[in-house]
Amino acid sequence: MTDLPTPLDAARARQLSAEFGLKGDEYDRVLAILGRTPSLTELGIFSVMWSEHCSYKSSRFWLKQLPTKAPWVIHGPGENAGVIAIGDGLAAVFKMESHNHPSFIEPYQGAATGVGGILRDVFTMGARPIANLNALRFGAPDAPRMKQVIDGVVRGIGGYGNCVGVPTVGGEVNFHPRYNGNPLVNAMTVGIAQADRIFLSAAAGVGNAVVYLGSKTGRDGIHGATMASTEFAADSEDKRPTVQVGDPFAEKLLIEACMELMATDAIVAIQDMGAAGLTSSSVEMAGKGGVGIELQMENVPQRETGMTAYEMMLSESQERMLMILKPGREAMAEAIFRKWELDFAIIGHLTDTGRIVIRHNGVVEADIELAPLESQAPLYERPWVPTPKLPVLGTVADPVGLKAALLKLVACPDLCSRRWIWDQYDSMVGGQTARRPGAADAAVVRVEDHKRALAMTTDCTPRYCLADPEEGGKQAVAEAWRNITATGALPLAITDNMNFGNPEKPEIMGQFAGAVMGIGAACRALDFPVVSGNVSLYNETEGRGILPTPAIGGVGVLEDVAHAVGLAMPAGHDLVLVGATQGWLGQSLWLREIAGREEGAPPPVDLVAERRNGDFVRAQILSGAVAACHDCSDGGLLVAVAEMAMASGIGATLEASGDHAFWYGEDQARYVLAVPSAAPLLAAAAAAGIPAMHLGKSRGRDLVLPNGEAISILDLQVAHEMTLPALMRDGA
Amino acid sequence: MKAGIILFPGTNRERDMALALARVTGSKPSIIWHGESELPAGTDLVVLPGGFSYGDYLRCGAMAAQSPIMRAIAAFAAKGGHVLGVCNGFQILIEAGLLPGALLKNASLRFLSMDCHLKVERTDTPYTNHFQPGAVFRSTMAHGDGNWFGTPETVAQLEAEGRVVLRYCTPEGAVTEAANRNGSVNNIAGICSPNRRILGLMPHPENQVDPLIDGTDGLPMFQSIAATFATA
Repeated sequence: MTDLPTPLDAARARQLSAEFGLKGDEYDRVLAILGRTPSLTELGIFSVMWSEHCSYKSSRFWLKQLPTKAPWVIHGPGENAGVIAIGDGLAAVFKMESHNHPSFIEPYQGAATGVGGILRDVFTMGARPIANLNALRFGAPDAPRMKQVIDGVVRGIGGYGNCVGVPTVGGEVNFHPRYNGNPLVNAMTVGIAQADRIFLSAAAGVGNAVVYLGSKTGRDGIHGATMASTEFAADSEDKRPTVQVGDPFAEKLLIEACMELMATDAIVAIQDMGAAGLTSSSVEMAGKGGVGIELQMENVPQRETGMTAYEMMLSESQERMLMILKPGREAMAEAIFRKWELDFAIIGHLTDTGRIVIRHNGVVEADIELAPLESQAPLYERPWVPTPKLPVLGTVADPVGLKAALLKLVACPDLCSRRWIWDQYDSMVGGQTARRPGAADAAVVRVEDHKRALAMTTDCTPRYCLADPEEGGKQAVAEAWRNITATGALPLAITDNMNFGNPEKPEIMGQFAGAVMGIGAACRALDFPVVSGNVSLYNETEGRGILPTPAIGGVGVLEDVAHAVGLAMPAGHDLVLVGATQGWLGQSLWLREIAGREEGAPPPVDLVAERRNGDFVRAQILSGAVAACHDCSDGGLLVAVAEMAMASGIGATLEASGDHAFWYGEDQARYVLAVPSAAPLLAAAAAAGIPAMHLGKSRGRDLVLPNGEAISILDLQVAHEMTLPALMRDGA
Repeated sequence: MKAGIILFPGTNRERDMALALARVTGSKPSIIWHGESELPAGTDLVVLPGGFSYGDYLRCGAMAAQSPIMRAIAAFAAKGGHVLGVCNGFQILIEAGLLPGALLKNASLRFLSMDCHLKVERTDTPYTNHFQPGAVFRSTMAHGDGNWFGTPETVAQLEAEGRVVLRYCTPEGAVTEAANRNGSVNNIAGICSPNRRILGLMPHPENQVDPLIDGTDGLPMFQSIAATFATA
């Protein structure tokens, strides 16, 4: 038994526990576990480990219901990132994670450190990051401060990703007033490792050295995880000191040093110091390994003088890792980190006590049994009410005609070109990017020295999720699956980034529950399991919640990158629609942007049709018969054709007849294919029992609508391209 | 041929460059650590690849220019050695005084990652001899500080000596302001030393060497390099 740490005054401790975000009964549980009043450091450890951000206490009950297994899944949720086999003895390692609260308080650093954090989750498992994606939700473009937020977030993502040399290849952006006070920044990294060389975080080997790697520890980000677990009030400006500051240069060195060390046999376990920094990494590594851990805080590399054990344990300084080394490998490992000009410090060792003991200059600052810290962590099955179903939208008259609607839709913030954003991201570094942003429904990046490539996407339609969380959850998964399929790749697995409001409100918890049920159903139907994820709750500012936003990051594989197809269609090809069209205008962008209404049930997702249509389309692509492919999503069929035309600079003459609901309805499970001749494709579809129809032909420089009206591709491109630059001109 | 790619802390396009060189020459270039003070014996070509050496802190390329290996490279260049600097490598060559001018922040004050078109101003350099005279080719740029600037005297001297090798242009080859996205003086994208053996450029032709990735528009530059050393 060690000396006991100095407890806080009992009354002061209870008051502080509330300030640190612990509920009264949660603090009672701390007292019961310790059998005494905690020290400041202990209280800090409990409060961050039991924060919503680290403990998933409101969401675990539901997340356990998601399918996480498939023959190709190597590691599902619970590790730093998900790991799947992709063939050739290779594994894809990926995860998406939110950095919402920091990105509103301090957009540049919030977004930058979001990228840095998710990169570390991936390379800590032994994977070299090969791609970054970002799912972003901003408020109304004219909302106060929004241009600065957009500008800062985009600069932050670029500033970090460009410097570390990982291409930023895809993502998505939505705008809605419900994100005015709470934008979402969800960052995804995909890496490649040898399937038999995956590094995990469970510590092992009593006596083994606990090694601190990377940058020094400062006072930044203290209690960041707690901040991320509460709603915003008007004083969020005061929380700027809880936002971390990123150093992508240090991260680049950390990647290279880790890759070099991981090529040896020196590492027992490794984990990045993310949310809750040294606390969560040491507690989780020791806890997973069923060992104890003892740390000497005076050995922690420090950026500032006079730091206390409490500050060091709670700091969220960036670009740091914790590692357990095999005995006798210390000098070799240190030499690698010194070569890369990084800190390397042995700060403790593993014990057989099952406890975490923190000493600082010989004084015990914390001594906690690890098992109850995890096993007795709060778990809430919070009350929830199902979201009421909305009535199916009735007939809506067309106020403007097809042509005017198209010109307006391709220019609206949710559909306009994202070029202003992706022009600020290096999408080519690495020399393996086969389909850049905007070139295909999913980004395609080849694996170096292989033919094999990954297709990657992020998807969610929050307005559907608000209207019907279950259908919206299904749709988010189905669209990710569809976007991967539309490149010719086989979808393999997803990461989910669940962004919701305050889970203590039953209607918010109902949105969460509905979305999980929908995601689960789609994952099962599409053989598309969840292998990693992240939950961000309390996305509310002054009591107003965001749209429910379960962002899905999907990964698929192409055996040969030469098979990949994109949006750009050659001239003289037949355009064929695969999938059934009912003309579903409820919750469509046409309804919102043209009719000015946000109403009705969202389009239902028929998972059997999704699977059947997608498998058919993929087989057609892999047979070599398809020159271009694009799924129908936001904006419907005519927007999909217009996007193909704009991507290729080639027009189309459309012959299929239909009203505005046919052309702008957002029915699911549909794809537009450009093929040399429609007949064989239509015959194959008929034989497979799949609805398909000939739409028209790619030709000329105009998009000619069935009613004879023509729109020049140039006019479409100008409308499509000018929105974001015009919006950002005076805000940047 | 024997090519060596210099690796500084923060370099990030060394793999792209190695793949491009290996594709045309058939031999894998060596990777040389910035802390070395000698180049491997028999080195034909030194390449300073793109990236963010030292995080672009202080000034792009400024700290890398002080690395031990840069003294060896300066000596190599003084003896007529061939040196290619791309993007951050170009910035380092300027900071090291091996090429003139300065690379300022892009005129838009934003990082620019996009296609660009380049007019090949001379085809009698070791890096451009496989281009047709007057050729225009597509490449990509990815930089925040690629706005080449020189004093009027420097510009006049470079132009008089024909040391501007590449200029930003339209796809049709017109050297216009609109094609000059980063704001460089005289649309300058790449310049060479008086003996034409040191070339610095901002764009990344090493990313356009593979038909399955982003086309082969940059391949002639690497075929030029291969040809130069095949006959050397």
